[in-house]
Amino acid sequence: MLRPDLEIIRTWIPDDTRVLDLGCGDGQLLENLRDTKNVHGYGLEIDQDNIAACFERGVNVIEQDIDEGLGNIQDKRFDYVVMTQALQAVHRPDLVLSEMLRVGREAIVTFPNFGHWKVRGYLFFKGRMPVSPTLPHQWYNTPNIHLCTVHDFEAHCHERGYRILQAMVVDRHHEIGPMTRAMPNLFGEIALFRVTR
Amino acid sequence: MPESIPADSVGLVTPTSLQFTQPLELECGRRLDAYELVYETYGSLNKARSNAVLICHALSGHHHAAGYHSMEDKRPGWWDTAIGPGKAIDTNRFFVVALNNIGGCHGSTGPSSINPANGQPWGPDFPMVTVRDWVNSQARLADALGIQQWAAVIGGSLGGMQALQWAIDYPERIRHAAVIASAPKLSAQNIAFNEVARQSILTDPHFHGGRYYLHDTYPRQGLILARMVGHITYLSEDAMRAKFGRDLRAGKFHFGFDVEFQVESYLRHQGETFSRNFDANTYLLMTKALDYYDPARDFDNDLEAALTQTRCRFLVMSFTTDWRFAPQRSEEIVNALVRVGRNVSYAEIDTDKGHDAFLVDIPEYLKLFGAYMHRVAVEVNDAAS
Repeated sequence: MLRPDLEIIRTWIPDDTRVLDLGCGDGQLLENLRDTKNVHGYGLEIDQDNIAACFERGVNVIEQDIDEGLGNIQDKRFDYVVMTQALQAVHRPDLVLSEMLRVGREAIVTFPNFGHWKVRGYLFFKGRMPVSPTLPHQWYNTPNIHLCTVHDFEAHCHERGYRILQAMVVDRHHEIGPMTRAMPNLFGEIALFRVTR
Repeated sequence: MPESIPADSVGLVTPTSLQFTQPLELECGRRLDAYELVYETYGSLNKARSNAVLICHALSGHHHAAGYHSMEDKRPGWWDTAIGPGKAIDTNRFFVVALNNIGGCHGSTGPSSINPANGQPWGPDFPMVTVRDWVNSQARLADALGIQQWAAVIGGSLGGMQALQWAIDYPERIRHAAVIASAPKLSAQNIAFNEVARQSILTDPHFHGGRYYLHDTYPRQGLILARMVGHITYLSEDAMRAKFGRDLRAGKFHFGFDVEFQVESYLRHQGETFSRNFDANTYLLMTKALDYYDPARDFDNDLEAALTQTRCRFLVMSFTTDWRFAPQRSEEIVNALVRVGRNVSYAEIDTDKGHDAFLVDIPEYLKLFGAYMHRVAVEVNDAAS
């Protein structure tokens, strides 16, 4: 069983394409894409337990820190560059996104929506940095250093002239209820975007 | 000496020797009319003959990669950390072949063998052999063993270059190439170190133009110096500091040129031991094979074009403190492979062990290596069933 957000991304990627997965984890997305869609892919990863898991799946994985750039990869080498749940954890999300769109025709990113009502409520009522199942860390140890809302991301794409080809905002169970559909920035917990330059 | 053979050892092993009478054309333009290869095997070949793994040795290596020749052996084979039952290269699943390359001094035809033309040791008349020549001779060995395709060809350092060359020259005969602590070609600095090593041998008065066998001597000092300088480059500064620091053997200065610091003692000991067990002409040949290696040269110096020939999957690994074959050199291979769309995985192991790390029991390294080889085993066994 593919992780629910990866299942959504899977449906966004056509057969016979070339995919780069930034922070590919244990490689389950790339494995699935390879086996079900004949996708040729590579993952970048820095956690060696994850790298070992990719090895065992026979998934191409390269130990490389996204924060050090993608300078070793030529322009438009890939059809899709995927980054799930890591945009908020890199040093410069804007540069990473720009690099993703340099080495790939399209970028697919997912991130936790900081505009979710519970997050807003947590900060508003408790006066403390929000902690939730989607954002489980404390302010001092969180890897999520560049959190943004759905609107922030859309505004960024607009400023940079990136076109949003597909967007989906889901709850923590990766489902879309009527509230999420009506007001994604308020009721969505996880945002998924497919963008191009 | 092992009091008992450890459970994860291949145990007592015996080398085999094979004569080849079909001439081998060499890259230098000369040819070997006949030659002998000595090798060892561990594990068993499956029915489909699909689980064979070739181990390529580095500068000073040979065919004895794992296990023991006798209960009197002080140490097991040179890559016993990685080869054995349950180890990264699992002999319960793979049929492992390790050979001594041509030009070597451990049984395969080399400069210390007898030249049939004059009944004397070849010495300096032995032809210059290259990585490509080795790979060709290894392919003959594969033929002789009835192995059409290697599940993997594996090597560290100069051995990694052979694995890479296999992928380029015999794309259909290799499923995986594991290129560890290696490089697509040597840097000027690397060639420089090799040249210092060669000069120390060539200028030793006991070298006799490479015909020292006839004088019943050998360039001991030259070999010692060559090994000392080599050994420094195989270790990292951190590892040397940790191991020796500025420790003194006698606890005080003697104000002389005898051994005082522990590191001096260690280097001299390494050099001495090496000089007794290694042939100087072989050392010269091996360092030249390293220097010459550059698979891109046949493709207008375009490494990507060279790698376009390959069909296998690649595992590339490097070590953070390896400055002789630095991670950046491995990344050149990885980047070129990604550019031409070949299947490649890469890991950089965090260690203070320098270039020697590829031979050392480093759990993180062997875990990753084992995970990769596990997949290879699954593949070849699926294909076999």
